[in-house]
Amino acid sequence: MSGGVDSSAVAAMLRAEGRNVIGLTMQLWNQRRLSGHEGMPESVQGRCCSIDDVYDARRVAETLGIPYYVVNHEERFERDVVRPFVEEYLAGRTPIPCSLCNNHLKFDQLLVVARQIGADQIATGHYAQVAFDDQVGRWLLKRPTDKSKDQTYFLFGLTQEQLSRTMFPLGGMTKPEVRELARKHSLAIAEKPDSQEICFVPGGDYKRFLEAYLTEQGNSSTETAGEMVTSDGKVIGEHAGVHNFTVGQRKGLGVATGSPLYVIQIKNDTRQVVVGKDEELYSRTLRARRVNLISTAELREPMRVAVKIRHKHQPAAAIIESAGPQEVRVTFDEPQRALTPGQAAVFYDGDIVVGGGWIENSTQ
Amino acid sequence: MRRVYLDNNATTPVLPEVLEAMLPCFGEHFGNASSIHHHGQETRGAVERARESVAALLGCRASEVVFTSGGTEGDNLAIFGLARSGDHVITSTIEHHAVLSACKHLAAKGCEVTHIPVDGRGLVDPADVKRAIRPNTKLITVMFANNETGVVQPVAEIGAIAAEADIYFHTDAVQAAGKIPIDVNKVGCDLLTISGHKVHGPQGVGALYVRKGTQLEPMLFGGSHERSRRAGTENVPGIVGLGKAVELAIAGFERGDDRKMAAARDHLERELLALDATGLNGDGAPRVPNTTNIYFDGIEGEALVIALDLKGLAVSTGAACSSGAIEPSHVLTAMGLRPNRAKASIRFSLGKQNSVEDVDFALGLVPETVARLRELSPVWSSPRPKSIVSR
Repeated sequence: MSGGVDSSAVAAMLRAEGRNVIGLTMQLWNQRRLSGHEGMPESVQGRCCSIDDVYDARRVAETLGIPYYVVNHEERFERDVVRPFVEEYLAGRTPIPCSLCNNHLKFDQLLVVARQIGADQIATGHYAQVAFDDQVGRWLLKRPTDKSKDQTYFLFGLTQEQLSRTMFPLGGMTKPEVRELARKHSLAIAEKPDSQEICFVPGGDYKRFLEAYLTEQGNSSTETAGEMVTSDGKVIGEHAGVHNFTVGQRKGLGVATGSPLYVIQIKNDTRQVVVGKDEELYSRTLRARRVNLISTAELREPMRVAVKIRHKHQPAAAIIESAGPQEVRVTFDEPQRALTPGQAAVFYDGDIVVGGGWIENSTQ
Repeated sequence: MRRVYLDNNATTPVLPEVLEAMLPCFGEHFGNASSIHHHGQETRGAVERARESVAALLGCRASEVVFTSGGTEGDNLAIFGLARSGDHVITSTIEHHAVLSACKHLAAKGCEVTHIPVDGRGLVDPADVKRAIRPNTKLITVMFANNETGVVQPVAEIGAIAAEADIYFHTDAVQAAGKIPIDVNKVGCDLLTISGHKVHGPQGVGALYVRKGTQLEPMLFGGSHERSRRAGTENVPGIVGLGKAVELAIAGFERGDDRKMAAARDHLERELLALDATGLNGDGAPRVPNTTNIYFDGIEGEALVIALDLKGLAVSTGAACSSGAIEPSHVLTAMGLRPNRAKASIRFSLGKQNSVEDVDFALGLVPETVARLRELSPVWSSPRPKSIVSR
């Protein structure tokens, strides 16, 4: 229970169904930890793990008459989510901490806690659906009814064991229906705004967060500074660090040329940022690593799917085929713009999530 | 669901006699104890009778008892009432946050603070206290009994050292009061804090013993209540409740209730220590009769507390004020426990309302719950059989 409307509505629904519900909030990050560092706010409100959110979740649990506990997993969160997030940026990639959190905290650590305290399943406020397919004998992850709220992109890492113990009660509902349900149960958080940003990055300014975190850890990020080059290798300037860039980025490149320039590639080994024209951003293939398959145990032959390469991306038609252990090669029908290392490629067969992996490198 | 409460170091239930004594204060005995008229005289009498009861518990004069809002205020009043910028204060590493945080604030305001460590049993060595004394040492504040482990500190030895050096000695006796007999003159303290709700009285009331002649600057300014040491209209219902609770505590000592409680605690402790990979925190040290703090290697104390609560047993991982904190207990780490073992530790604390059946209820739940947690733990692997594990 994050203290937001979605997980609160889930608690209310399950309680109304007469289930034995236990409310848990994961305390994952001390929002005041980096306060005092430049650009970091002194206090943060309306964010996951803030005192206000724990208060809200506790009030909801009280209103519903369910037991409620806060479990602290800050250490694990820092190890498995925050540090990788920082390291990915320093390596010139663009990470998705929410997927790491789902894989390592919400559907791993939380599930362990749930089972330890005697619960059989966890229910979350994610917009997704889970179902068992009798024919193939596998648990399936599916897109929700409210496609605008679809969170399956962040859930591709769920294992069969995790899915078998997970409920997504909001999968068949729309957001307005969820709010209505919260109102009906007189939950004080019914009108609370949705959270959009990365929970531990105040104001969405990840660069300031990186600076503050690295300073706190006694590191400086300047060692990722390097050259700005064109795709044919011509040096056209310097940059202050690869973590300031994302593939497809246009603003803030610090170089002026006649035609608009975009980041095409970030070279981790040489710390070069490659810039070029918009058309140079398009690629037809990508390689996904650390792939997790859900609807099928293995990819014996090439499969026609739709692939989403970032959260807000419209899935694009593609063929996926096995390229080694936990590796998949994706070939799109049409070239896709800005395939970004560090992001996930998630494979869909209609509403069914086939699986997904982490985008490693793209070839032109 | 049957519920058993074994977290009496966090707070205790108000005993029925205490509630009964308090009820008239919410009704006909509503007067302001400072008023001249009948109503004032009535409540003044009740407040002063309570003061005498507290004095009887502590072996002091009634005029040396200052009523407060509780343990935190008592500790703060003692510390801030004496220490001034430039003074040196000696405390221990295992104090309650009411003392630790107050000392931290003192340090920020220009005082020097020395924290005396404890040994593996959780005991302060009086010789360390003696060695820490400087020419500008104004105050020694070392707790009577620790809230997490129940370990009783050598306060009389420290009191003697303080007296010899002519330094004020304050002791936080919140977890000792009502559990073991206290005599301020034997302890040799100048100030001593107790709290109402830890002795089956109400929350929001406490008392500070202030030895006659101690120059204590108040923290609250207003009327001349409590001999001008603590301004504010008396919390009459609370004070009356505290007085009654203290009377019951004294009667309990006369009946030998403390020995019975120790027997129940020892039974609980023995059975739990028979489980694999467990141990007693504070082993070998004198302890108050109601507390046992045990580590269960391989578990998260937090998860055990939740799992037990869902089955009706209330216990805790340590100070209630620290719930939700990530840091392992400062008390247990000060005793040398590694963080994982500190986080695997659970405090069981009995109260006057607990029966032998309550202990059996706990013994029916804890072993199976610990076993389940270990089975599901990603890091736990079964130890060798108990018989060949040396502790």
